[in-house]
Amino acid sequence: MGMTHIVDRRLNGKNKSAVNRERFLRRYRHHIKRAVSDAVQKRSITDIERGEKVSIPSRDIEEPIFHHGQGGKREVVHPGNQEFVAGDTIPKPEGGGGQGSGQGQASPDGEGMDEFAFQITQEEFLDFLFDDLELPNLARKKLKDTEAFKYIRSGFSTEGVPAKLDVVRSLRGAHARRLGLGGARKKKIRDLEKQLEALKTAPEDLDPAFSHEDQIQVLEEEIARLKANVRRIPFIDEIDLRYRQHVKKPQPATSAVMFCLMDVSGSMTQMHKDIAKRFFILLYLFLKKNYKKIEVVFIRHHTSAKEVDEEEFFYSRETGGTIVSSALKLMHKIIESRYSPAEWNIYAAQASDGDNWNDDSPVCGKILADNILPLVQYFAYVEITPQDHQMLWYEYEKIQEQFPQSFALQQIADPGEIYPVFRQLFERKAA
Amino acid sequence: MTNLMDRPNSPESDQPRAREPISTGSEWTFELIQKYDDEIAKCAAEFGLDTYPNQIEVISAEQMMDAYSSVGMPVGYHHWSFGKQFLSTSKGYQRGQMGLAYEIVINSNPCIAYLMEENTLPMQALVIAHASYGHNSFFKGNYLFRTWTDASAIIDYLVFARHYVAECEERYGVDAVEEILDSCHALMNYGVDRYKRPAPISASEEMRRQKEREEYQQRRINDLWRTIPKLDEDDDPVRRRKRYPEEPQENILYFIEKNAPLLETWQREIIRIVRKLGQYFYPQRQTQVMNEGWATFWHYTLLHRMYDKGLVTDGFMLEFLQSHSAVVYQPPFNSPWYSGINPYTLGFSIFTDLRRICENPTDEDREWFPDIAGSDWLETLHFAMKNFKDESFIQQFLSPKVMRDLKLFAIQNDDQEDVYRVTAIHDDPGYRDLREKLARQYNLSYREPNIQVWNVDVRGDRSLTLRHIPVDRVPLGKETDEVLRHVHRLWGFDVHLESVNDGTVVEDHHCPPREIEED
Repeated sequence: MGMTHIVDRRLNGKNKSAVNRERFLRRYRHHIKRAVSDAVQKRSITDIERGEKVSIPSRDIEEPIFHHGQGGKREVVHPGNQEFVAGDTIPKPEGGGGQGSGQGQASPDGEGMDEFAFQITQEEFLDFLFDDLELPNLARKKLKDTEAFKYIRSGFSTEGVPAKLDVVRSLRGAHARRLGLGGARKKKIRDLEKQLEALKTAPEDLDPAFSHEDQIQVLEEEIARLKANVRRIPFIDEIDLRYRQHVKKPQPATSAVMFCLMDVSGSMTQMHKDIAKRFFILLYLFLKKNYKKIEVVFIRHHTSAKEVDEEEFFYSRETGGTIVSSALKLMHKIIESRYSPAEWNIYAAQASDGDNWNDDSPVCGKILADNILPLVQYFAYVEITPQDHQMLWYEYEKIQEQFPQSFALQQIADPGEIYPVFRQLFERKAA
Repeated sequence: MTNLMDRPNSPESDQPRAREPISTGSEWTFELIQKYDDEIAKCAAEFGLDTYPNQIEVISAEQMMDAYSSVGMPVGYHHWSFGKQFLSTSKGYQRGQMGLAYEIVINSNPCIAYLMEENTLPMQALVIAHASYGHNSFFKGNYLFRTWTDASAIIDYLVFARHYVAECEERYGVDAVEEILDSCHALMNYGVDRYKRPAPISASEEMRRQKEREEYQQRRINDLWRTIPKLDEDDDPVRRRKRYPEEPQENILYFIEKNAPLLETWQREIIRIVRKLGQYFYPQRQTQVMNEGWATFWHYTLLHRMYDKGLVTDGFMLEFLQSHSAVVYQPPFNSPWYSGINPYTLGFSIFTDLRRICENPTDEDREWFPDIAGSDWLETLHFAMKNFKDESFIQQFLSPKVMRDLKLFAIQNDDQEDVYRVTAIHDDPGYRDLREKLARQYNLSYREPNIQVWNVDVRGDRSLTLRHIPVDRVPLGKETDEVLRHVHRLWGFDVHLESVNDGTVVEDHHCPPREIEED
């Protein structure tokens, strides 16, 4: 026979189903989004960055077809008879609908069969988590921000400094020029030399009027003239020189810094901080999707502000009163010294229970409006309190009216609201 | 486990030969696969197996999952349902619940069979024998496949379908195409004329005709609706009562493709594509027992033949037989593993017993199978493979011995009674009855509700009425209303479904649903 063709397909790529899988996720994006947002609320903060198991009610993904239901009269042949003989009767179980039609499936692993469960990857998880969200003012920053530059190669030029001379390219140009200028003459020289050779070996006296001697002399003179010409072609000429050219290209900043500002005064309980932390983490993940490099600055404050590391930020407790402006002042100082807005996209999230010394709130508003908001992409304030607002909130509301593009404030009363509030803050605005 | 000595007789001498096995290890290489295939092919030729040329593709487990998810189509259009299939396949595989498909074989010419790279050499040989010679010869020989499918055209057709669907997605959007496909899939099993001989699928023909259809089809449909006389012009009560279509139509998808008033041309074309795929799978749905039984019989017989020739080792046979026993294991009805009759077991048992009846008939066999007992077994098996489908195959060839071996019995469940009744068992008075009941179980119209296009209200609201003829009072399932919603999407006007038993409507469904009258 020998008709069999054996093919190794293993290298053909395995993702033939990728599109179909994507279609499935697309179709059930609402289910998945819900599962993702539930997961965010249930998960511990540290393991937010992994995939997630998603369950969809089976009836929602059924592909219905016509089939038989229960009831009527049905006969089924089974294997493995032990003691039955024809005519035997077996009582039906109490209240049972009788035997199934073979449609029902037993669950192989105890997982309910009315759930279709599958795994999505971490990347898909984040995509669904931040679907429809966008960083405010991202585009604006890119266009406006022309202070950061990068030099990039952009071809070659005939002028430049010696340090940028491209030797290979220059010599190649010289070679081409020499060929171009000398080629025809060299060919002519070769032709004349052939004639000369022929003349020297040919027998004498074919044309007494123009003797061999004369002819040889004419040819030799011509050859000498041409050779001198060729010799005068310079090995390298100024017009051969090529310099690498670089142009200055405005570089959109790809780094971001995120300021986390939190009130740690006595009124902030661990529960408050936990909510704040989750909010900060969401913001961090979201920024990470958009920027290559992110730095995080933690500023905590009570009556005075301090830059701290993450551990101290979330877990140490302080007592005493609250002066919010201290944190804003420190933030401004840090921006000035370390994060030039030309190179950094600056985001800030401030969490507080709304408590502040009343005299301080107008100061906060002024620092924000005059010093901070002109420098940052977005400043989000979340007030973690189920109670009525205090002075600070009303001050911030005025700021929002003034800076609707770059300032937003929201209130969170319990952990379940973190994600919805986060979504509200970063919702894609209709263009 | 099957005893090594209990092997089928070889057509040549029974003299044991010197063992010169092709290989002794269990690791496979491409060379070894080639060698094994050569030898299996020689054995298959000895038994007269007529096959399409083979193409054997070695793939990874992930690729096997891909193949699995596309319901055995090597090229498919994109659809979420295949993604769903993929997700559940890969989940099952990762948890180790599922021994991955150890074979997938495509009814095409050349016949494509997949080998998974993880398999050991004996497994690869088993799959080659099973798929590339067993299934392959079945595809080429069985009358249903010969009638309904064109193995040489299917791949091209699938490519055509994939491109067409992709083009529609680009033009009309993924959602619009997905909707149509969803609805067509719901009716895929109702896209075949069981009693008419179809034109085999051909890709080039389809492409050529697609343009023509585009031009003429719409006009034809417009004509159908335009030439309907207005009510007041036609008062003849006989004609007014005449139904359209005059005869019930079982091919619902075809009827919709040709008659739905509002569909766009591309939507009709997509219906056609799903219909053609339904047609392609139609023979497989009716020959599962035979097809698997035939392939299993041949992997068993061919590999034993290899053993007789001394080409494989005892170790090879032990591993092979272990897999074989797992494949043909039939859990009894009261086992937690029981999920109906294993088609591999049933088919393998019938073919094996058929050979026995030919070679070593008993008095019982002579009484039950007078034409077959003592006949040439190869000829008889080939005849059985070529000319039957599951229902008729069981009706014709299920022997009392197989019924006894499998200890078959029939249970009747009547919702009007308080008890189940054992109606027949594997004994003299029961054999015929039992065989008939089992055969009926494989009759498609018994497995699936019999639903046909009954009438279109061409003069009135253009509603479409489907009619269900219940068998033994078995009602329609829970998903019926869902399916009807799909019919409604395709038809574009109201859709009704009536179950009619002896002239009375016993059950009815409507889309959009009839409002329940307020009391």
